[in-house]
Amino acid sequence: MDKILHMSASTRSKLITYGMVVVAFVLMQWLSSAHAISSSTTGLLVPICVYVSLAISLNLVVGISGELSLGHAGFMSVGAFTGIFAAQLLTDIIPTPMLRLVASMLVGGAFAALAGFLVGIPVMRLHGDYLAIVTLAFGEIIKNLLNNLYAGFDANGLHFSMTSAQALAMEGGKIVINGPQGAVGIPKLSTFFAGFLLIMFTLFVVLNLVDSRSGRAIMAVRDNRIAAESVGIDTTKYRLMAFVVSAALAGMAGALYAQNFSSIVPKKFDFNTSILILVFVVLGGMGNIRGGIISATLLTVLPEKLRFIGDYRMLGYAIVLIVVMVFSNNPQVRLFIDSLREKLLKRGGTNVPADASEGGDAS
Amino acid sequence: MGFLTNLINGISLGSVYAIIALGYTMVYGIAKMLNFAHGDVIMVGGYICFIAMNNLGLPPVVAVLLSMVGCTCLGIVVERLAYKPLREAPSLAVLITAIGVSYLLQNTALLVWGADPKAFRSIVDLPSIKLLGGQLTVAPISIVTVLANVAIMVGLTLFTTRTKMGKAMRACSEDKGAAQLMGINVNTTISMVFAIGSGLAAIAGVLLCSTYPTLMPTTGSLPGIKAFTAAVVGGIGSIPGAALGGILLGIIEIFAKAYIGTQLADAIVFGVLIVVLLIRPAGLLGQEIREKV
Amino acid sequence: MTRDEGTYRAQAERARGQEARTEGTYKAQAERAAGHTVQEATEPKRHRQQTKMVAPPNDYLVPERDALFTPVLECRHLGIDFGGLHAVEDFNLMVGKTEIAGLIGPNGAGKTTVFNLLTKVYQPTRGTILLDGQDTAGMDTARVSREGIARTFQNIRLFDSLTVEDNVKIGLHNQVDCGMWSGIFRAPRYWLSEKEFHDKALELLDVFHMADNAGDIAGSLPYGAQRRLEIVRALATNPKLLLLDEPAAGMNPVETEELMDTIVRIRDDFQIAVLLIEHDMDLVMGICEGIVVLNFGKVIAKGTPEEIQANPQVIEAYLGKQE
Repeated sequence: MDKILHMSASTRSKLITYGMVVVAFVLMQWLSSAHAISSSTTGLLVPICVYVSLAISLNLVVGISGELSLGHAGFMSVGAFTGIFAAQLLTDIIPTPMLRLVASMLVGGAFAALAGFLVGIPVMRLHGDYLAIVTLAFGEIIKNLLNNLYAGFDANGLHFSMTSAQALAMEGGKIVINGPQGAVGIPKLSTFFAGFLLIMFTLFVVLNLVDSRSGRAIMAVRDNRIAAESVGIDTTKYRLMAFVVSAALAGMAGALYAQNFSSIVPKKFDFNTSILILVFVVLGGMGNIRGGIISATLLTVLPEKLRFIGDYRMLGYAIVLIVVMVFSNNPQVRLFIDSLREKLLKRGGTNVPADASEGGDAS
Repeated sequence: MGFLTNLINGISLGSVYAIIALGYTMVYGIAKMLNFAHGDVIMVGGYICFIAMNNLGLPPVVAVLLSMVGCTCLGIVVERLAYKPLREAPSLAVLITAIGVSYLLQNTALLVWGADPKAFRSIVDLPSIKLLGGQLTVAPISIVTVLANVAIMVGLTLFTTRTKMGKAMRACSEDKGAAQLMGINVNTTISMVFAIGSGLAAIAGVLLCSTYPTLMPTTGSLPGIKAFTAAVVGGIGSIPGAALGGILLGIIEIFAKAYIGTQLADAIVFGVLIVVLLIRPAGLLGQEIREKV
Repeated sequence: MTRDEGTYRAQAERARGQEARTEGTYKAQAERAAGHTVQEATEPKRHRQQTKMVAPPNDYLVPERDALFTPVLECRHLGIDFGGLHAVEDFNLMVGKTEIAGLIGPNGAGKTTVFNLLTKVYQPTRGTILLDGQDTAGMDTARVSREGIARTFQNIRLFDSLTVEDNVKIGLHNQVDCGMWSGIFRAPRYWLSEKEFHDKALELLDVFHMADNAGDIAGSLPYGAQRRLEIVRALATNPKLLLLDEPAAGMNPVETEELMDTIVRIRDDFQIAVLLIEHDMDLVMGICEGIVVLNFGKVIAKGTPEEIQANPQVIEAYLGKQE
């Protein structure tokens, strides 16, 4: 007990975040084994885990590194399709589904990291809104390329084509990615437990990175690029680091997401999906990992639960989005929230890092 | 002849992009925000014109004017309700709000007009013009589009350089604080920019739907993004840049579709954006602003 | 340029220091000055007339105690153009190893531009910058920092959302090593480096009586403390030369007095050179050993505080032409 009281504020904050995820997992696991939740809710568990992970990983770029990325879904799709491909290739080599899933997620993460690196080199030459529009462009390019990608394997090895399924010249074997039709007949490997592990891993990577020499350099570049350069920080390197790590984590989430369904098309990972993840991050508070987890969960569950109101659902979503943004940025409301936070802090007697939302300003 | 036909189609599509890009470029220049809802104003413009022509039986010219008035009002209302309260907010908050407005417009359109695509009747009801002994066919709407684009560009250039309001706009996009000290009403000026941009979006919507006659709630989003890309390629904030970027991307898109493949055309358009920004980080005609140390 | 008293003085000092200089350029210069060239001995045929070689007029000036060492900074014919404007032109300067030097001049004279050139925020259009004898051509800002130039900014640039301690730790970035993987997976390297970061940061903060503020958010510090933190962060990079851009701006006379002590103490404790831009003449005349005056991008005078105060050109630049 004494030890808990004396640990640093950041360590305590981290433990609360991990604890929150563990408690939520145990609770849901218990509820679903007791059949206390509907099957539609059970079906949401993996997507929730995926979106929570995506929100955490995008927060690394948008909140911690301060760059606006509008192409996160692109890296998710690279991870999804390479992950599916890897899982199918490894069917005989790794018979255990759980291990195969982990392997496919690692492959998906690695390829997404590679994509992130290749995209990041040109992207990191730009700043602010220009960077944002280029990430959007890359997201669309990735989607378009995957729409044209045909891939499969047979006894002779791997086959790839950018024109048609016939051009693969397969002898038997299996076409895994079939252009605009995407991947079909995917074995369902994803489980809630795997989703839980992914969240924990993503949290581990992001929180540890932030609280290290590299993470401080990333935040220094966000807060003041010119000052960061003046103390000898290679700004491109650290912006790229945040971007690539984030892409890798998005790729892992993509691999998990795709293997939760029997089929998946490249179109699923379009601009709107990127925006969806960005909304989780912004509504959760930029740089605020815990806020992102909560908003990703709520905003995945609520629209599903509100299906009965039909087309009014998205209308309501849009209005809520506008109202929340306008109110949360109203100077008077902000003052009120700040004073409230100060009161809470005084009671808690701890020093919580300041809200980084100003530093995350995209301009 | 295929080449010439493609070129004409490219310039025509590019002219539409250029008109949309103007809205983006002017709004960005003055409010420094990516107005993602701009593409959906195009869609609303298309619907108003469609209703006016098909349901009310109004002549095309009146329908277009009605559509412009409707979109101008929409632009002003959106700016007042959603963007004005966020003038001092971080740009990401404004961006998310703009996306919220975009969703709002799309879903309202969905509820009002339904998801089924509407067959838009062209505003120019004339037979195609055959040239070079019938080898080359030019749709009259292409000519109207290009002419409209030229007229708008000339008009806007004159407006921003010759009129008091236009000069106020340029002053505000340089330095809002200084403009205010010179007695310019910054809020009115920004509203004015939104009004002009939205009015132009209505014209663009009508021209776009006349060329590609399917109208649905998502009609505006992809052309919107591409026109924004065009604005960035040309150099955001620059009126000639919007024209150049729009026409360039229109031509590239049509040629990519014709010679490389429909599926990859969009990838190529976005690829051009990336290449241009890497060579000229502020776009073709944009000015690079350095941070003062 | 008229050669004032200071110029001769500098030449005299150079002559005194010449024997000790071992660097090639200096040696060659010395030999040329002595009148015999290497070429003469080896060349079989002479296609030229006998030329008398002399040391070029040189208005460099360093403190006597530094004359035996390589100067920490030497600028030769440094210049930059913005469009057609020569923002800085033919800027020559030498700063001794432990000198406190001042760069003064009216507003818009190009003082901060000189700092931006030295730190490669701008790449010079012309000229050479030697940092501790090493040419910095082609280096970027981060590299120059690693090579030993640290700076503060006229408009304070801290990492506002981070703590005071983190600001100093970021200054220590290149002094302590820990890679990304060690950081993410908490390798032993990480724990060692974090301890080193923490200890060094607190030690530095302690020197400037800021250890108690280690946990505060930098952006919420009072103005004076923010200026001090910027200096601490700059010192954390272990520089050879510290550039201070208007360190006393916005300070009251008591604070300025303290600042003067601090700057002298930095030089004495860390044995580094300081080059500062300042409008507060009490501070400049109080601590600077050599002063350079800039006007319209050109050096109009160099010398000791006494010489500068008596220089008619300087008086004219500041007060206008006297009738």
